Amino acid sequence: MSSVEVSAAPATSRKGAGHHAPSAFGDDLRRFVNLTVMLATTDFKLRYFGSALGYLWSLVRPLLFFGVLYVMFTQILHAGRGVPHYAVYLLSSIMLWTFFAETTGNAVQCLVAREGLLRKIRFPRLAIPLAVSLTALFTLATNFAAVLIFALASGITPRVSWLALPLLVALLAAFAIGTGMLLSALYVRFRDIQPMWEVIAQVLFYGSPIIYVAAQYKSLVHVAMCNPIATILTEMRHVFVDPSAHSAATYIGGAPRLLIPLGIIALVFALGLWFFNREAPRIAERL
Amino acid sequence: MPAAGALREPAAVAVTGVSKTFKLPHQQYHTLKERALHPFRARTFDVLQAVNEVSFDVAPGEFFGIVGRNGSGKSTLLKCLAGIYHTDEGELLVNGRLSPFIELGVGFNPDLTARDNVVINAIMLGLTRQQARERFDDIIEFAELEEFLDLRLKNYSSGMTVRLAFSIAIQVDADILLIDEVLAVGDATFQQKCFDEFHRLKERGSTVLFVSHDMGDVQRFCDRAMLLDKGRVVDIGDPASVARRYNDINFGRFDAPANGDGAAAPDRDGSAAAILDSWFEDPERRRIAMVAQDEPCCACLEVRFDEALDDPIFGVALTNDAGHTVFATTTAAEHGPTGHFEAGERTIVRMRFENWLAAGRYNLTPTVARNGRGDDVLAVHDDAASLIVHGDLGAGGIARLPHGFELEQA
Repeated sequence: MSSVEVSAAPATSRKGAGHHAPSAFGDDLRRFVNLTVMLATTDFKLRYFGSALGYLWSLVRPLLFFGVLYVMFTQILHAGRGVPHYAVYLLSSIMLWTFFAETTGNAVQCLVAREGLLRKIRFPRLAIPLAVSLTALFTLATNFAAVLIFALASGITPRVSWLALPLLVALLAAFAIGTGMLLSALYVRFRDIQPMWEVIAQVLFYGSPIIYVAAQYKSLVHVAMCNPIATILTEMRHVFVDPSAHSAATYIGGAPRLLIPLGIIALVFALGLWFFNREAPRIAERL
Repeated sequence: MPAAGALREPAAVAVTGVSKTFKLPHQQYHTLKERALHPFRARTFDVLQAVNEVSFDVAPGEFFGIVGRNGSGKSTLLKCLAGIYHTDEGELLVNGRLSPFIELGVGFNPDLTARDNVVINAIMLGLTRQQARERFDDIIEFAELEEFLDLRLKNYSSGMTVRLAFSIAIQVDADILLIDEVLAVGDATFQQKCFDEFHRLKERGSTVLFVSHDMGDVQRFCDRAMLLDKGRVVDIGDPASVARRYNDINFGRFDAPANGDGAAAPDRDGSAAAILDSWFEDPERRRIAMVAQDEPCCACLEVRFDEALDDPIFGVALTNDAGHTVFATTTAAEHGPTGHFEAGERTIVRMRFENWLAAGRYNLTPTVARNGRGDDVLAVHDDAASLIVHGDLGAGGIARLPHGFELEQA
């Protein structure tokens, strides 16, 4: 295809002034934030729309769900015997895992699901997977309220070390968002990403100390703790549930080794951002 | 290549040599598995040149129409302009705030109420949450949907949804609006309101790029129009001549679309007469888009003669939305000889009629023919203008003949 210069071209040299090709962030950061928050709140609202209990349901649902797990694992299966406050650990780790699974699982198809927006409005593409993780973060907040009730009822007293929890959530969110960006952009090209991710998520679920604790890795502990989710959950147990439990640094074999899981998080996030940003201009036409 | 337009100084939109191609693979490798199993299979694809070196300028405050058949690249071009598609080549310059949407009601959620949807949609179109709340009353008032605020959108009729969407769209602070076929839905009264709103926008100095199939709308609102065919610019100029070219392309009389001069269609283009404009007007000679039943009006056409003619025949036909010709007349049938016209002369022909039409929308097709049996047509302009007749007289049918009842009891 030739590119002949048209003689009637306007004599201007400002390339792209006032005009922006489709991109991940768009040209207006405030609009980007507004859109992300709006998409997330609308999604969250719709989930409970029309239910009799309304927003109360968002609190009742995790309470009931965790109640079932509690009875199941401690009263019937007698799992985690010898683990202090096992029930609280189980609920907390399920809560964090749910956040990760919801973010990544919903991210896979999010761009395709919002096809109408992407093809009809100039829309910062990244707002869509980010909104997915923000919705999951809202769920995490309501779930945390339920976990807190169980924790206090089980006789755990608030400690200063709880202040480390937001940092752990931030690390997990970075890992989840990085994965989500990668998955959502990949799914536009390859539709079998979804079943593949479901399998990988299952492996991650059983490979991470969620229904067991890190000590049960036994000889594999140094390797298994390289999984960022294992590190985050183990550290969560140390700071939130049971101060007598070892920290993640101890399990992995020394604080310097923590750079491995942290490095994985940083790498996945950077890779996700780079790939999403690279794909962003052509997402609309490939949907 | 057609010139990019005479209007030069700081253009609101300047498009230079923009091209957009889509690759359409023969074998759709949509899964990783297939890619992994057949890594060396040649990936062949067709290249679809949707937009091909399109150049044009739009001046600030101008209403610019983009017309063309389905698949001519109008929507792709609009998406490139809006920043939805990435352009392969060329330069797009936009001076001023550009509306981010090309279609109305995008992102409406049927499960939410109109109230929620207004705020959500306004944010999507670029307002802040606070601005959306401030303008909420104006939006609802314009849409005339005060009573249905708390109804979920899935219970709205399509007309009501469009009203709501249009009302939000005009609240967006944009200097340049991109509009893709908006007025197809909505009742006659609301259509008129939209037209009025367009005029208001025009007076305020907004620039509008308007994609449409309705040549009547394009001629009524646009200052200039551009005709696309197979991704290329065929014609840029005054809406009337572009509309005629569009009709030529539609009826297959135009074989060389990329060739931008009128010589390609010898039987009608560059012929003895051209219809410059056509419109409806009231008895005071004001142009109208809408008229009440029973109010008289005129169907008008302005003709330019390019060679001297004796007693040419002017014809007017009205068709309704269903495509029925409700009424057709010619000067030969109803008026008699029309006289002599010199080359270069212009004339306005007015056909005044008693408005016995049923309520609805009517399109005007003017024709000019050489004197004779009327089959040597020099110019024709299908659906060149449209008129909405409103009212509730009559009990049905496509026309309301003058009539009276008489009852005789035996």
